[in-house]
Amino acid sequence: MSLFVLHVSLTFGLLLAAAAAGVVGLRRQGASDVVYGLSALAAAGGAGFAVVHGFLGESPAALALPGGLPGVGIRLRIDSLSLVFLVVVNAVAALVSLYAVGYGRHEHPGRVLALYPLFLIGMNVVLIADDAFTFLIGWEFMSLASWGMVAARHEDPEARRAAHLYLLMACGGAFALLFAFGVLAGHAGDYAFAAIRARTLTGWMPELALVLILIGTGSKAGLVPLHVWLPLAHPAAPSHVSALMSGVMTKVAIYGTIRLVFDLMPTPQWYWALPFLFAGISTALIGLLQALVERDLKRLLAFSTIENIGIIYVALGLAVAFTATHLAAPAAVALTAALFHVANHAVMKSLMFCGAGAVLHAAHSKDLEKLGGLFNRMPATGALMLIGAAAISALPPLNGFASEWMVFQAILASPALPVEGLRFLVPAVGAVLALVAALAAACFVRAYGIAFLGRPRSPEAAAAHEVDRVSLAAMALMAGLCIAGGVLAPLVVEALRPATLQLVNAGLPAQAGPVPLTLTPFDGTRSTYNGFMIAVFLLVSSFLASWGVHRIATRATRRAPAWDCGFPDASPATQYTASSLGQPIRRVFGPIALRVRQQIAMPPPGSTAPAEFRLSMTDPVWSLFYVPLARLVELLSWQFNILQFLTIRRYLTLMFAALVLLLVVVVLWR
Amino acid sequence: MTGDPALIGLSLHELVWQGCQMLLMLVIAPALVGLIRKVKARLLSRRGPPVFQPYRELWRLMHKEAVVAETASPLFRMAPYGQFAATWVAAALVPSFATGLMFSWSADLIAIVALLGTARFILALAGMDVGTAFGGIGTSREILFASLAEPALLMITFTVALLAGTTLLSAIADHLLLQPVGLRISLALCLVALMVVALTETGRVPVDNPATHLELTMVHEAMVLEYSGRHLAMIEWAAALKLTAYLSLIACLFVPFGMATSTEDPVAMAIGLVTYFAKLVGLGVAVAVIEVSVAKMRVFRVTDFVGGAFALASMAALLLFVSRGF
Repeated sequence: MSLFVLHVSLTFGLLLAAAAAGVVGLRRQGASDVVYGLSALAAAGGAGFAVVHGFLGESPAALALPGGLPGVGIRLRIDSLSLVFLVVVNAVAALVSLYAVGYGRHEHPGRVLALYPLFLIGMNVVLIADDAFTFLIGWEFMSLASWGMVAARHEDPEARRAAHLYLLMACGGAFALLFAFGVLAGHAGDYAFAAIRARTLTGWMPELALVLILIGTGSKAGLVPLHVWLPLAHPAAPSHVSALMSGVMTKVAIYGTIRLVFDLMPTPQWYWALPFLFAGISTALIGLLQALVERDLKRLLAFSTIENIGIIYVALGLAVAFTATHLAAPAAVALTAALFHVANHAVMKSLMFCGAGAVLHAAHSKDLEKLGGLFNRMPATGALMLIGAAAISALPPLNGFASEWMVFQAILASPALPVEGLRFLVPAVGAVLALVAALAAACFVRAYGIAFLGRPRSPEAAAAHEVDRVSLAAMALMAGLCIAGGVLAPLVVEALRPATLQLVNAGLPAQAGPVPLTLTPFDGTRSTYNGFMIAVFLLVSSFLASWGVHRIATRATRRAPAWDCGFPDASPATQYTASSLGQPIRRVFGPIALRVRQQIAMPPPGSTAPAEFRLSMTDPVWSLFYVPLARLVELLSWQFNILQFLTIRRYLTLMFAALVLLLVVVVLWR
Repeated sequence: MTGDPALIGLSLHELVWQGCQMLLMLVIAPALVGLIRKVKARLLSRRGPPVFQPYRELWRLMHKEAVVAETASPLFRMAPYGQFAATWVAAALVPSFATGLMFSWSADLIAIVALLGTARFILALAGMDVGTAFGGIGTSREILFASLAEPALLMITFTVALLAGTTLLSAIADHLLLQPVGLRISLALCLVALMVVALTETGRVPVDNPATHLELTMVHEAMVLEYSGRHLAMIEWAAALKLTAYLSLIACLFVPFGMATSTEDPVAMAIGLVTYFAKLVGLGVAVAVIEVSVAKMRVFRVTDFVGGAFALASMAALLLFVSRGF
């Protein structure tokens, strides 16, 4: 029995058992332990098998099962690209499941239990599918199971609205993907990936397929303008599910983009990079600006996911541009940066969502204006979230910086592009990306500072307590991965080489120079970064500084009331709030990007009426794109309403006319 | 070229020079602050404190008892050392008197910018820790300014990296030193932008006033209002280090003359040291002159000021993407 058969049967067997346990134990105490424990085991096994596959170099391994479409069957295949995503998805899913073992004890699980393992099954199927049918089945499993979990708290109208919007967008995305596969497979209709790869597309078919792919996978990843469901749906689910949706499911969507564009489609043209770059950079900017003014902690994290998806798509766009112009080395750098950021973001966003879950459980709120002072009350969660916040703000020596650094290196390689249009576009993209990198730090200073520092802004926050040890252990492992990903970045990059070799026929130079652990995208004279050394320097110098000061000078310390320029106020309402901290940024960037409108109504002097301050913010994409679309749909449905009340004679005439019209179209098409 | 890790052996000699660079930055930083204060005072017809006054202040602060607010978290007590370490490492990686020092490959200019960002991240969080209005106002303004200054600095990095074909700061300095690129539009734009960024990031006059304690105008001072004793000493020292790092960066990119390119030659090293001191004094005087000749801006004017720097630096990078001739 081959390793792959063992892998598939064990992972899916365990997950199915977990789902069965979820159905059986829906109302029983302790069922969540079993379900999440089995899921953690299955996911860890999945990641472990993938690592073994990688080490043995056994990939690609293929498997054909009976069933599925006639003539195609269920084809499964594992190659270097699948391996990368299998490791990322399953490793993070295992840690999140471990967290859920602890977290699930506090939450009323309800219907989440049975759907959670099915969600994991769906994602794993997508990653190993080798024909369009299996791919779409897995994709829909993933969508539906996560929809069920978003709708789990259906008593809440917000959650219902989020679930509705999510279902609509998921349907639209799957529809686009279905068409994309149709275009790729053509008249012959062989939906095996091998057959699709072998086809040559003519005319404007590749471009049509590209647009459909970007709509299909981008809507799941949260690419602007298809992102509107994400900040509603991700936070509406229980926190461990939010972690999986934001950290992992968006990565499966990116896998879809990479698989279809880099593997199944023919060699790209340079202008294919344009939609990637435009959509990616606007996604990054819009996501981040909304995160900067958001006051719901979980929704803020969802917006930050949108931002990071944008960065990944920019890197993918650069990889497309370099591949199209036959610049192999920069293409490898850009693609490695994208894959590296995929792994990093999966880990750090899951950590942040798990931490947000801990906050929600401990302080009974995810509204930043009701939090505060949590570091003193839950120090372990506070310290772990601090690592996550620093990592996601792209600060050295953590992992977020290492991958963003590589994206910048890819941008710096772009003057070599022979196409002028791209050469002019890329520096603008680089400038916005630099702005986004800096704003991300501001965003997480605000989010972390308001929630964990300062004084508690509500009695619940003041009475908060540390969460259980299992959750903490899971978060600690994720934080450890954030550190390891930054300090040992070259090892990760080495592990990504087979995937880039497979997709763009080039890999990064060997990272094993005379000085170990130096990240070297091109060569040693062009740019290097050694996260390990930087971490050592930081540790040594902060230790030296604190030791020296305590040793030479004094260590006397006194606790006293806050100074606050001599006028401390006991009320925690005198602190800066999340809204006031973001106000300057809202004022500078808001009027255009977020359509911020504020109105101040001051009563005349002598009047005792209260002054009023109103603030309104809307996503411009929503008002410019979705509202007109919804109006159009409504208008059309009114117009077509008459079709529901025709006589049988007219219906038959209508059918006849439709048949003739379609036949004419077919004749003209040929 | 000595930026290549392949050429670096772990020799004691090299280690000593790298250590010198680290200590040099640490030691001269307060003097630079003292010099600027002295020049400013002389320009205003005051006598001013001695140049070495900042050392005495640091010494005094270190020996005072540290007062920690009751509502402070553990982060409050760790932050001064954390931000000091990050600033120190960043400053030590900026070539001062010599290029190609032992660890110059461990972080390129992008990483140095990000290290300064790490220091700012820690300090901005510390400002919010006690939970007072002043800490919040300082943090709020600091992150606003930084969110425009940091991308400006990154675009400057892009520009010089494109000119020199490397992002390693030491190799960039080597390139500018050994194969002079002449007068460039892109470099001129970068110089203006870098001056603006330096003034903003180090909290100098048009943006912030290091001497003021008038509440509504403070940025950096508001953020660290709750600090005292040895913690404050570390923060002040780190601020001085940051100033030194920025001025060294300007010196190394725009006036690289005199820097030693090999650690083997003691004469070159001596020349490098002397010219480095001269450059620092010159730039320090320039900062003082700017400080006495312009008025402090309103907070929301600063975004135009720094945003302008970002636009200039982006333009410089764009010009180089269009043609290497600019």
